[in-house]
Amino acid sequence: MKRILLSVAALAGAAAFFAFSNAPIAEAAQAQGDVARGQAAFERIGCWACHGHQGQGGSTGPKIAPNPLAFPAFSGFVRTTSGEMPPFTARVLPDQDLRDIHAFLMSVPAAPAVATIPLLQ
Amino acid sequence: MSKPEAKKVDRRKFLAGVAVVGAAAVTADSARAAVLPNGQIAPVAPSALRPSTLMAQVDNGVHAPPAALGTHAGLTQGRPGSDYMLDVIKSLNIDYVVTNPASSCRGLHDSIVTYGDNKKPELITAMHEESATAMAHGYFKASGKPMIALCHGTVGLQHAAMAVYNAWCDRAPVIMMIGNSLDATQRRPGVPTTHSVQDPGSLIRDFTKWDDQPTSLGHFGESMVRAYRIALTPPYEPVLIVMDEDLQEKGFAADAFPVIPKFVMPTAAAGDPNGVREAARMLVAAENPVIVADRAARSQNGVNLLVQLAELLQATVIDQGGRMNFPNLHPLYARGGGPIATADVVLGLELTDFFGTVNNFTDSAEVTQGPRVKPGTKLISIGMGDVYIRANYQDFQRYQPVDIAIGADAEATLPMLVEYVKAEITAARRAVIDKRGQAAAAAFANSADRMRTDAAGGAWNATPISTARLSAELWAAIKNEDWALVARDQSVSFWPHRMWNFSKYHQYIGHSGGAGVGYGLPAAVGGALAHKANGRLAVNIQPDGDCMYAPGALWTAAHHNIPLLTVMHNNRAYHQETMHLQRMATWRERRVDRWKIGTTIENPNMNFAKLAESMGVVGIGPIENPNDLAPALKRALEVVKSGEPVLVDVVAQPR
Ligand code: HEC
Repeated sequence: MKRILLSVAALAGAAAFFAFSNAPIAEAAQAQGDVARGQAAFERIGCWACHGHQGQGGSTGPKIAPNPLAFPAFSGFVRTTSGEMPPFTARVLPDQDLRDIHAFLMSVPAAPAVATIPLLQ
Repeated sequence: MSKPEAKKVDRRKFLAGVAVVGAAAVTADSARAAVLPNGQIAPVAPSALRPSTLMAQVDNGVHAPPAALGTHAGLTQGRPGSDYMLDVIKSLNIDYVVTNPASSCRGLHDSIVTYGDNKKPELITAMHEESATAMAHGYFKASGKPMIALCHGTVGLQHAAMAVYNAWCDRAPVIMMIGNSLDATQRRPGVPTTHSVQDPGSLIRDFTKWDDQPTSLGHFGESMVRAYRIALTPPYEPVLIVMDEDLQEKGFAADAFPVIPKFVMPTAAAGDPNGVREAARMLVAAENPVIVADRAARSQNGVNLLVQLAELLQATVIDQGGRMNFPNLHPLYARGGGPIATADVVLGLELTDFFGTVNNFTDSAEVTQGPRVKPGTKLISIGMGDVYIRANYQDFQRYQPVDIAIGADAEATLPMLVEYVKAEITAARRAVIDKRGQAAAAAFANSADRMRTDAAGGAWNATPISTARLSAELWAAIKNEDWALVARDQSVSFWPHRMWNFSKYHQYIGHSGGAGVGYGLPAAVGGALAHKANGRLAVNIQPDGDCMYAPGALWTAAHHNIPLLTVMHNNRAYHQETMHLQRMATWRERRVDRWKIGTTIENPNMNFAKLAESMGVVGIGPIENPNDLAPALKRALEVVKSGEPVLVDVVAQPR
């Protein structure tokens, strides 16, 4: 494992790669995602472990549903991140799976309005 | 023995070394005359006397007469040594001894339940030495009083070791006592010999403050009282006393019990005034001072002092949650590390990890780290970390250079710091401070709204039940009670610290310290035992994996009628490990669907309600629909208010 000391500034390089790598994914994104298959992939691959079963977020990962990033930015992040979230490359998470996951996250129902929840008044 | 003014002197005050006047003329002989006849209850002894075994018996209301002198060789010849040991323990005003029974402690065990009538201390039965130790750990944090964990030598102490390490990291003065047989010619052969050891303390010496293996009763008395005083001198830490089996069991002549050494409650070391004044100057001159507290408060007084200091400076307080340091609904309260980034002065109070407080570290394939503070930020440390430290285990974390290092107890130093800060604040600085306070209040004003929006958006109606919903339903059930949380809330994404109102020291007892799993349930039972005395509702949010290390703690709660409301955070996994496995596979670019192997608690699913029921604890659930939570908690509250433990199994989101 290549665990070496880096300054935080070195992360800037990752951001540049992030933007560059979006082009091919954007093409793949033409295909429609499948919500049911996306939910199954979200469960199988375990995005929920850090983001919750509905992508609602928690102490480990942020909220990513029901309004996830637009697909190019979404896939760019998932593929290339090098922070607390490990990157899921196309080798381990095929483009179609990622698109399905995105479709699932878009399908998560909106949160109930706070005003309708007596416990939160 | 009938001096009325002497009788009035409070025993506890006497133990604490508070002045006792005018009773010096009362002799040890007169005390003896008062206690001996036929085991009758003698009048309370005047507290001016040095503690003696007789005094201990009188003051603690020993009803059972001492054992008779053995009349033939098959009987103990004289008073058993363990009776004296119990007298010493009684003189320390200890309420409970928690034990997993063991032959190496049978002498003291018998003394507690016969000679001592199982009162003060009362014996609590644990089902594992690790649980016994964790119970003593949780009990101290909830009550401020140490409890003895009485364990078998060797294998018992080996079981207890992890829990001792937790107590060490968490600065909890657990009094460990074990039995051991020193004299090879007197040992029972076979297992008792296998369980004997030359130097038992060596097993846990790296993470105990002091240990001894006394070889005479006089030696025991000194070492027991010394151990107690050392444990209660901040930084509080565990200690170990090894009781020789022969010494416990041997008979002694009626007058052979030594005088019990006097215990005086120790005081904590406050900081050097020069360093504290310098710190005050720096804080008052700062544009944006931030206070960070981990195990800063040791009592309600610590909380009050920290509030006073924060308000004087209008400084944000990041409560790292090693203890209840600061009220969570105070406008200056913060939980995460965010405010550190804009600080120009950081005051760290009893931080376990100052380095981690002011530096980032990302657990990624290529580790990234760097300062979290601006260049030039001044750092002040007040804490006992440098005063008392051991080399082997790395709980002291990485070295952090600071600008002022005050080696002293934070709570004891705060009064001085508050006074110096007051003296340093000029009218000009007052204006700056007030402005800062207004900004903090404005920033805080929205936090309740943010919390509500986040909770509603956090899978409010979902199954598995969200941790926000679980916390909100639980809060609704307990908020009008005199409640105390005897668990950490990290696994439920700290929702209680966002939603509930923690204002009193006893309402939160921090966490395990050493992150040794298996702490949660027994520590909660220990905490609940402490709160029982005040009629408080003890609430435990219990991770499932932790529960299964030591589920027998439930039986202890049932057996001893310890009211405790346990709500399972049942995410059916060793959840943290699932995330580690995902990191590994993704970093290595392979098989990202294999992470469940070895990390989850599924197939079959645990039924925690049935587990509880099997041990005499009322079990409710599993609850999977969030709408079923409120009625389940209502029922649970009825049970716990009747004085019994109850468990509600909630199948919940991972965090
Ligand atoms: C081990 C924990 C973990 C796992 C597993 C994980 N994430 Fe994340 N995710 C994070 C964290 C933490 C962040 C916050 C950014 C960071 O620190 O890297 C994040 C951020 C994100 C973001 C960016 C959110 C934003 O609004 O900026 C997206 C999108 C995302 N994750 C999607 C996924 C998907 C899809 C999966 C599964 C294929 C996944 N994550 C699996 C921890 C995780």
